[in-house]
Amino acid sequence: MDPAVAGGAHVSLVDDTTAWLTDAVNWSGPAGIPSRLGEHLLVSLVVLVASVVIALPIGMLIGHTGRGVVVAVAVSGGLRSIPTLGLVTLLGIWLGIGLEAPIIALLVLATPPILTGAYAGFRAVDRDVVDTARALGMTPWMVVRSVELPLAATSVLNGLRSATLQIVATVTVAAYVADRGLGRYVIEGLRTRQYGEMLGGSVLVIILALVLDVLFAGLVHLLRPAHVRAASRTVTRPNTTERHLVT
Amino acid sequence: MRWVAENIDLLGAATREHLGLVVAPIVLSLVLSVLLAWLVSRTPRIATFTTVASALLYTIPSLPLFLVIPVVIGTALRSPTNIVIALTIYGLALLVPTAITSTRGTAAPLVEAATAVGHAPRQLFWQVQLPLAAPEILAALRVVSASTISLATLGSVLGVAGLGRLFTDGFQRGLQEEIISGIVLTVGLALACDLLLVLLGRLALPWTRRSPGVRT
Repeated sequence: MDPAVAGGAHVSLVDDTTAWLTDAVNWSGPAGIPSRLGEHLLVSLVVLVASVVIALPIGMLIGHTGRGVVVAVAVSGGLRSIPTLGLVTLLGIWLGIGLEAPIIALLVLATPPILTGAYAGFRAVDRDVVDTARALGMTPWMVVRSVELPLAATSVLNGLRSATLQIVATVTVAAYVADRGLGRYVIEGLRTRQYGEMLGGSVLVIILALVLDVLFAGLVHLLRPAHVRAASRTVTRPNTTERHLVT
Repeated sequence: MRWVAENIDLLGAATREHLGLVVAPIVLSLVLSVLLAWLVSRTPRIATFTTVASALLYTIPSLPLFLVIPVVIGTALRSPTNIVIALTIYGLALLVPTAITSTRGTAAPLVEAATAVGHAPRQLFWQVQLPLAAPEILAALRVVSASTISLATLGSVLGVAGLGRLFTDGFQRGLQEEIISGIVLTVGLALACDLLLVLLGRLALPWTRRSPGVRT
């Protein structure tokens, strides 16, 4: 039991948080919110790009050929059941304090949703459509680029969206070993009992995740296949069984 | 392996603590999501609201959520209750949309047939739509179980006990054996719970079992 936050004290916690968030000192310098936010976004972007480069071609290949689906399901399911904090701390003691450990952990956690989004989207493309495209004389590459990829766009993007959420959340946890990004306020605030800083950092991470998710939702909406656009006004929603929170 | 043998009591205690954290959220999210789906079947107007709310809650990163909950409900920062509530919220965020779409997705001819053989509208949900939606809800519940067991380890960053303390403690002491044991136990617990859910599903949903010799 922590007397500082028990019972009626939470009103003052809100005040502490507001005070921390509005204090000009916290908005400048290398330890300030803009530079930590920049760090958070940069690490997230690097990991997102790297995991797209790794997972998207593999997912597309599996989806296009229909081979290796069982292996892909097993591998991405297995990777996803690894607890984030366990991976981050284990790599932390192997590789030392720094960004290497979290980046590897992030790659492990971000690839499964991208892989799943890609092969599930490609598998869901009507086989008759693919056969028709072949019959029209399209090469396999043209089938992938002009038929399968546009039709699978929603699923692929939803995979990227899940991965992005996963990355932003995990970068926060990674501050436990790397002291980078917005998570640093959270971990530091917890350790030193500066609850205004801890909660201020938490609020910033939550806002960042919500903003990125809304941006992605917009992108998914804009890039949905033409026939979906024309046919219905139904909201596209990721399949829940493909989603899986680990952080 | 020697470390494991010497610390078997610690591992057992951490596993028991972990079970104490995860059972309630898994059960609660199942019960509450079915009740919500029932409410939606009675008042379809709230469907959009519940779906949007689920999507928003799902977006919130877990560590910040663990920390914000005590401020909202007034519990102590290091209380396990925060973790239980946060994990229930994530469980609901995953299960509620599935429960709603799968119960609503009952084929129209089946609903008509059920009505024709005398089901009152209020019986339809519990006797027709829910049993038909059950396999889909079970599939989503398995995802919830796996992610709940994994997410609960983050509670250790706040000082809440469970398998996660093997990670924080192992990291501070530089003990890779302790961290690896924690990972193996977390994944093992998730697999065991998944198997249990599959078995419970077979017992509770006998109509989803294929009769022997009949291929569909």
